[in-house]
Amino acid sequence: MKACGKVFKYQDNVDTDVIIPARYLNTSDHGELAAHCMEDIDKDFVSRVEPGDIIVARYNFGCGSSREHAPIAIKASGVSCVIAKTFARIFYRNAINIGLAILECEEASDKIDAGDKVEVDFDTGVITNHTKNETYQAEPFPEFIKEIINANGLLNSIKNR
Amino acid sequence: MGMTMTQKILAAHAGLDSVSKGQLIKAKLDMVLGNDITSPVAINEFHKAGFTQVFDQNKISLVMDHFTPNKDIKAATQCKQCRTFADDMGIVNFYDVGDMGVEHGLLPEKGLVGPGELVIGADSHTCTYGALGAFSTGVGSTDMAAGMATGECWFKVPGAIKFNLTGKLGKHVSGKDVILHIIGLIGVDGALYKSMEFSGEGLSCLSIDDRLCMANMAIEAGAKNGIFEVDEVVMDYIKDKVFREVKSYKADADAEYDQTYDINLSEIKPTVAFPHLPENTRTIDNVGDVEIQQVVIGSCTNGRLSDMRIAAEILKGKKVKKGVRAIIIPATQKIYKEAMLNGYFEIFLDAGCVISTPTCGPCLGGHMGILAAGERAVATTNRNFVGRMGHPESEVYLASPAVAAASAIAGKIVSPEEVL
Repeated sequence: MKACGKVFKYQDNVDTDVIIPARYLNTSDHGELAAHCMEDIDKDFVSRVEPGDIIVARYNFGCGSSREHAPIAIKASGVSCVIAKTFARIFYRNAINIGLAILECEEASDKIDAGDKVEVDFDTGVITNHTKNETYQAEPFPEFIKEIINANGLLNSIKNR
Repeated sequence: MGMTMTQKILAAHAGLDSVSKGQLIKAKLDMVLGNDITSPVAINEFHKAGFTQVFDQNKISLVMDHFTPNKDIKAATQCKQCRTFADDMGIVNFYDVGDMGVEHGLLPEKGLVGPGELVIGADSHTCTYGALGAFSTGVGSTDMAAGMATGECWFKVPGAIKFNLTGKLGKHVSGKDVILHIIGLIGVDGALYKSMEFSGEGLSCLSIDDRLCMANMAIEAGAKNGIFEVDEVVMDYIKDKVFREVKSYKADADAEYDQTYDINLSEIKPTVAFPHLPENTRTIDNVGDVEIQQVVIGSCTNGRLSDMRIAAEILKGKKVKKGVRAIIIPATQKIYKEAMLNGYFEIFLDAGCVISTPTCGPCLGGHMGILAAGERAVATTNRNFVGRMGHPESEVYLASPAVAAASAIAGKIVSPEEVL
């Protein structure tokens, strides 16, 4: 499985309140959530994001609330993958559980800039930066988590057992 | 190698003699919690996956607390969906307007969580119950759905940071100041993927409310859970609430910790977290002149009876500064009634505060106290992220009930000493 798109770049500690502000949590409709994704730190995100695009951030992405609405909003906005140095642990679980691809990679986070065209190979963990002609190696997922992702989410993996 | 408190609880619930850091396990759940925001997503997933019954009607708690009393039609629809699900599934612990409370105030009070138990909740502040010696952690809605269906959850066994507490809290210093101090020390990802374990002789001076407040904010340091060693303070608290057999776990003497911090409680001063991260802490003598327009005293962090008492003691016979809106939110119906019977409401009303029914409300920018652009609030809540209490250009300063009450009187952030 591969993802390819242009990069939106953010800094440390992108919290779930800015990914999807609580004022929009009176719905769980994916499209409505996507319409307000990243609104409080990047007003242009919603109008500029295209299917396949990639978010790259630094440390502790997705910190704060447990709201699954955050990875849902990102996924529903068309983003194919989030790359960060580290993820807050509840966001990490939620992303895997709903089938939003996430990768931890220090080097990619340091070297990729906003607007770069980036391709991710999830089988190998290789991240290719076409704009800069560079490649970076991300940590592969443990087998247990691969099973959840391959089943397209936690509940499917439970049903499959 | 010995185990931490957390590792012992995880091992016991996974049916294993021991576990070690990094191990992936499947563990049995004693309680699965959700609220009016996270449960609808879980319920949708639960149905979509084709489940038709919950694993145990007594081990699920649904608490309508975030946008209640229903703030708008969409919020009402979400609560209705939860109510219908609770009815259909026969969920015993469903709490709605009239008997509810802010979830992490409510569950300990109702005896629904106890020492040695394993609790997940689709709310990040589920870590609160570590104050009672439980392993409890926040998860998302899909984990909640899977937990409701199977009674199990997967975990990666965490490493831990040990906080060895010594000394005694000074005047006007509470658990909130201790946890803000610690988050300032280690940062908002200082305990990422780890447990924060609190022990030491200093524990004895911390009330159960102080401990619930501290465990509550473990997530603000990125922690998987915060947990306190069980002592007589905890056993005394649960004796008229928890009638199940409970188990207290102590860490082994040779348990491995990634770090150990010695925290002398006597040295901690009232502490305030500046926007926009809980780690941006300053002691009260270093806050400078920060004018405020709103004060919120409440939430799952500081909406307990002792928080109401502390605020009342400071506000007694005083007036809230003109231009400041002071909003008091007791966390549960029981706390609300006790605060009223203790005479705190008269003090609050005479001072010019408003008293709200229990709700998470303004803490997450839901309702009941939203900020406009350029406004500042001192809040006893737990997060001060961009836009947390309203407009993205508003600001939240996190503090204890004592500092919040004093600041309401002064119209700027001050030490309680300055208004007494």
